[in-house]
Amino acid sequence: MAEYTLKVRRYQPESGQGPFWEEFKVDLDPTLSVLDGILQAKDRDDGSLSVRCSCKAAICGSCGMKINGQSGLGCKTQIGEAQELADKKASVGNGGGTKDNAIVVEPMGNMPVIKDLITDMESTHWEKIRRVTPWLLPYGEAPEREYVVEPESMIDITQSMACIQCGACVSSCLSMEADPDFIGPAALAKAYRFVGDPRDAESKERLHDLAEDPHGIYDCTHCFSCVDACPKGVAPMDQIMRLRRKAGEEGIDDPHNGHNHEIAFTKIIEKKGTLDEALLQQESYAPGIKGKLVPSKGAIEGLGKSLPTVLRAIKTGKARSLSKLIPGVHPKLPGGAQDEVKAIYKHAEEHREEFNIYIHGEDDVEPEPDEPADAALTDEAKAATEEKA
Amino acid sequence: MSDALPRNPTAGSDFGSIESALVPTHDVLVIGAGLAGQRAALAAAEQGVSVGILSKVHPVRSHSNAAQGGINAALNPGDSWESHAFDTVKGSDYLGDQDAISIMCEEAPEEILHLEHLGVTFHRNEEGKLGTRAFGGASAARTYYVADITGQAIMHVLYEQLMKYSDDVTRYEEWFCTALAMDEQGECCGVVTRNVADGSMQLFTAKAVILACGGNGQAWKPTTNALICTGDGIAMAYRVGAKLMDMEMIQYHPTTLAGKGFLITEGARGEGAHLLNAKGERFMERYAPNKMELASRDVVSRAEQTEIDEGRGFPDGTVALDITVVPKKRIHEALREIVLVGRDFAGVDITKEPIHIKPGNHYTMGGVKTDVDGRTEVPGLYAAGETACVSVHGGNRLGANSLLDTLIFGRRSGVDAAARAKRIEGSRPSGGTLEVEQATIDAISAREKGSGRRVSEIKFDLGTVMDKQVAVFRDEAGIQGALEKVRRLKEEAESAYIDDKGSVFNQDLLGAIELGYMLDNAECTCIAALERKESRGAQYRTDFPERNDEEWLKHIDLQQGDEEPEISYSEVTITQWEPEERKY
Repeated sequence: MAEYTLKVRRYQPESGQGPFWEEFKVDLDPTLSVLDGILQAKDRDDGSLSVRCSCKAAICGSCGMKINGQSGLGCKTQIGEAQELADKKASVGNGGGTKDNAIVVEPMGNMPVIKDLITDMESTHWEKIRRVTPWLLPYGEAPEREYVVEPESMIDITQSMACIQCGACVSSCLSMEADPDFIGPAALAKAYRFVGDPRDAESKERLHDLAEDPHGIYDCTHCFSCVDACPKGVAPMDQIMRLRRKAGEEGIDDPHNGHNHEIAFTKIIEKKGTLDEALLQQESYAPGIKGKLVPSKGAIEGLGKSLPTVLRAIKTGKARSLSKLIPGVHPKLPGGAQDEVKAIYKHAEEHREEFNIYIHGEDDVEPEPDEPADAALTDEAKAATEEKA
Repeated sequence: MSDALPRNPTAGSDFGSIESALVPTHDVLVIGAGLAGQRAALAAAEQGVSVGILSKVHPVRSHSNAAQGGINAALNPGDSWESHAFDTVKGSDYLGDQDAISIMCEEAPEEILHLEHLGVTFHRNEEGKLGTRAFGGASAARTYYVADITGQAIMHVLYEQLMKYSDDVTRYEEWFCTALAMDEQGECCGVVTRNVADGSMQLFTAKAVILACGGNGQAWKPTTNALICTGDGIAMAYRVGAKLMDMEMIQYHPTTLAGKGFLITEGARGEGAHLLNAKGERFMERYAPNKMELASRDVVSRAEQTEIDEGRGFPDGTVALDITVVPKKRIHEALREIVLVGRDFAGVDITKEPIHIKPGNHYTMGGVKTDVDGRTEVPGLYAAGETACVSVHGGNRLGANSLLDTLIFGRRSGVDAAARAKRIEGSRPSGGTLEVEQATIDAISAREKGSGRRVSEIKFDLGTVMDKQVAVFRDEAGIQGALEKVRRLKEEAESAYIDDKGSVFNQDLLGAIELGYMLDNAECTCIAALERKESRGAQYRTDFPERNDEEWLKHIDLQQGDEEPEISYSEVTITQWEPEERKY
């Protein structure tokens, strides 16, 4: 048992008053949750303290809230850990050393507050979920038995099925803050669940729809906030990036040229080991010899638009050396290093795998040093060098 | 909000002052939006009648989410529905009605395929076809699953369908039901509700009402059940004269986290995990040498409790579940949620060390007595899922049969309710229901602080006494003590006060109403447990340790009486499986 102070941002709509802060003293085991703390305060001190909650086990998705500024679930955040974070945050402000700071609890962001920790998720979440046509659109008549599909494909989309619609990602989304019309991380992760489903007949139409909407998949700024906020490991941003990649493969026009940029970037590294910046822009817009001989209208436009940036880079001294100004001058890595880079590419091609929590677990992202993957990589590099010799 | 509500063309001024004109109506109204409720609503809508579904929480918050392990169906070549049915009958300790069990098991394969076609991402085998896992009490691996989020995965897909068919099914999300409305003939013709968002009271009329409000686990503490599982449907039905059945049968799940009540799926044992006592012995050898950890839940829970009571448990009153014997790759793929529960709620990495568990309150086998089409004894009133008692689970439910129960009997209720709606004219409440409910709420709000105890204190006392006396092992003195305590708490609840006097999201007020529901449930459970003087399934009486088929192979039915519930009995339907000794 330990004592904690919860500093709750409250709002009582019928009081005629604006939002206010109130502190509650609670005592409970550090391994219990912030939600347990809130419920203790509600049970003991003030029954009007309002929070949506039900399962207390991170499966119903009711208790989305901000704890010390971080969006997540109240029931999944241990109060002892929340206390550590509160103290850490306070010590950054005053030079360190304080203890027993209040744990700050607020309603989720990017949503209108109805009462205390209860927010209106209809306009900010559910409407957007409905926006992505959130049901399977199968091919014709259903088969007599089940659809036969690759086993991996079901595991793949189960990661987005793990979403419990708590809204923590929406609460933390920086793009949503700038553009409230952004379809948003939760709804786009839901969209991937259908785009990635081999049983869905309209994957292409879905991709066009999500790519062509100005508030669609290209509205994400890759900030990782939703990945941090998600209590279920759905990693909404990863699902958005997969939608983008699929859209690129589908040949769908990306207004920011991101897909071509990504291809140009990886090709240059494969060839030279480090980035030839002078080559990057033109390869992104007008790839290869054909791209340069017959440049598309978009390529001329895109390259033209990037000229001021190049000039500014020269002016400020950011791009002065020849290798940064003249395409192709940029040197390859010395010695056999370039071959090792190529071996990495080859390995990646052969072992292409999306990261998925149902395959890799939570903490095993980094392969351990003695894992065969590393050995295989070394062997491949060696083989590549020998081949060359 | 009220502008959008469908109007009852027959509503007139004779409804009374408040109940005039503004009465929304549906042919079929479903209360509760978990798996049973959503399935019922979709099935009724398919019949072309107007359907409303009303839930005190947003549908995806419903407790069906928590079902982790899977759903049973005899769909594999070589398996048969008869085998599934026999396992279920045996699991029920022969208290399940065999006609209902046969229907459930026979219709199971089609239901699984229906869900798969709707988009459920069921696990596949190497050929890309539906794959299964082993589960407790089953003679074949016939549990279909989505990792360990099966309930969530199915429920979210059904909610997708509700969004798809939003023109056919009207959703009332966050509406709390306070009472059923009855007409002069004693038929159910609607419900009284409170719109949680603004506190307004609203009468709905319907030609059929389906109760799908889940179980009553919150009357125990700790429990694996969510805070919303307060037995609302069971209590509301009881209060209008419907019969309750098998109320003594409360399942204690063998693997829950001590103190906190978190569930560790039976799937863990299905994947091969062991149960160990403090000496490191795989003690199930002594209790169920053939099925070991995969015996029926009542058997495993009793074995664990015996180990703990006889001093072979850990000092925190637990035994250990060792999941480390399951290959790591398989854990990530099939038991991910348990990795998270271990890490976040117990501070244990289940891939590396055993986790301490004990039996914990989990499931209400009993409930509102229905036939195989969900009909209760009150015309117009249906029940499905955990609220209902068909009875397919009898004395003990098999793992992965609850999802199946919700879907099969949810669908059948929806179809039958729609047929009733097409058949009858529709009637009006006998009047005053809304005023009575409003007056009850006003009275609760009017109680001053200090006039009695806090609602939360009474709820705590209720949960504590039920978990102590009406749990894995029971005896007359204990149950009698619990019953007396429940009755005292009922009196105290009459004067319990709340802090929140507002209209918007007044959860404090709803908590007071839920307390009343839980107390009715608990009282009935105590009375039935006291009445059944034998040991069968989840009811183990240390003072009557044997099963006694001669006297007690029958259901205990309870109906509201003047002073206390009236007890009657009904026969167990036996079709092809004569009761025999139950061994695992």
